[in-house]
Amino acid sequence: MSQGVEVVGLYVRDQDEALAFYVEKLGFRVHTDVRNGDYRWLTVQHPDQPSFQLGLFTPGPPVLDAATAQAVRAVVAKGAMPPLVLTVDDCRAACDRMRERGVEFTQEPVDRYGTVDAGFRDPSGNGWKMIQARR
Amino acid sequence: MSGDPPSQDPELLRRLLRAKDRMDAASHEDWPVRRLARVSGVSEAHFARSFKQAFGVPPHRYLLTRRIERATALLRDTALPITEIAFQTGWESLGTFGRTFRDITGESPGTVRSRARTAMQQLDRVPACIVSAAHRPDLRTAVSEKRRREADDINAPETTKEIR
Repeated sequence: MSQGVEVVGLYVRDQDEALAFYVEKLGFRVHTDVRNGDYRWLTVQHPDQPSFQLGLFTPGPPVLDAATAQAVRAVVAKGAMPPLVLTVDDCRAACDRMRERGVEFTQEPVDRYGTVDAGFRDPSGNGWKMIQARR
Repeated sequence: MSGDPPSQDPELLRRLLRAKDRMDAASHEDWPVRRLARVSGVSEAHFARSFKQAFGVPPHRYLLTRRIERATALLRDTALPITEIAFQTGWESLGTFGRTFRDITGESPGTVRSRARTAMQQLDRVPACIVSAAHRPDLRTAVSEKRRREADDINAPETTKEIR
């Protein structure tokens, strides 16, 4: 096992909704889905990237108090979380496929000096850029 | 605390974000409150206040910052004539564009174009869409207010200035 970043978490408003979005609309796979009382550790993986997991976590007890959780939910819903970037081979094709599945696009594909990028959001408000690298 | 506004419902915020996203995606279009309110599924009466509470600026002012951001990117990244950039970014006249641009950035479009071209060469490792957002103008006051303040400064008695 090599060293490196293994899990990066996102805050989502509802884990079932997020799971459906990342798996059914984006094509990720579930890596871990474990519950302990109200707590649920849920991570998904890009099929081409087995060493990295994207965590889908809800802000709330026991990790966060109610007021902090509410503040975090507001920040996510305002789209104020840092940018996420998904690399794809063909941005326009991915965009068409995802749109058919009901993904909410915030930016149509744009060519920039040989790269193509588009923007979309998950249901919670997390913003993604989808970038096709220069060939 | 009595001074704090009540916290906003995350479901409402998510819908307000949709209106903000729509302005981002098409800042050259007209965005009257009625249209934005419809996107967010709230009443026109509540929209502007809710938007300002959520994002810190009124919706119209937000739209102006996005137009200027886009104009700045076009000045930097393309050789389009400034007139064409003005029309592409949603202004109906070159005069209004130039005035608003100067009010917000403090510089003329031509100045920004020449400086941006020399300064941007270090940023080619950051995704272009993110570079653009990082250069979004920070418009804290209404453009009309800024103009008024400058006019006041010009009209103020010149007691402290040297007369040459």
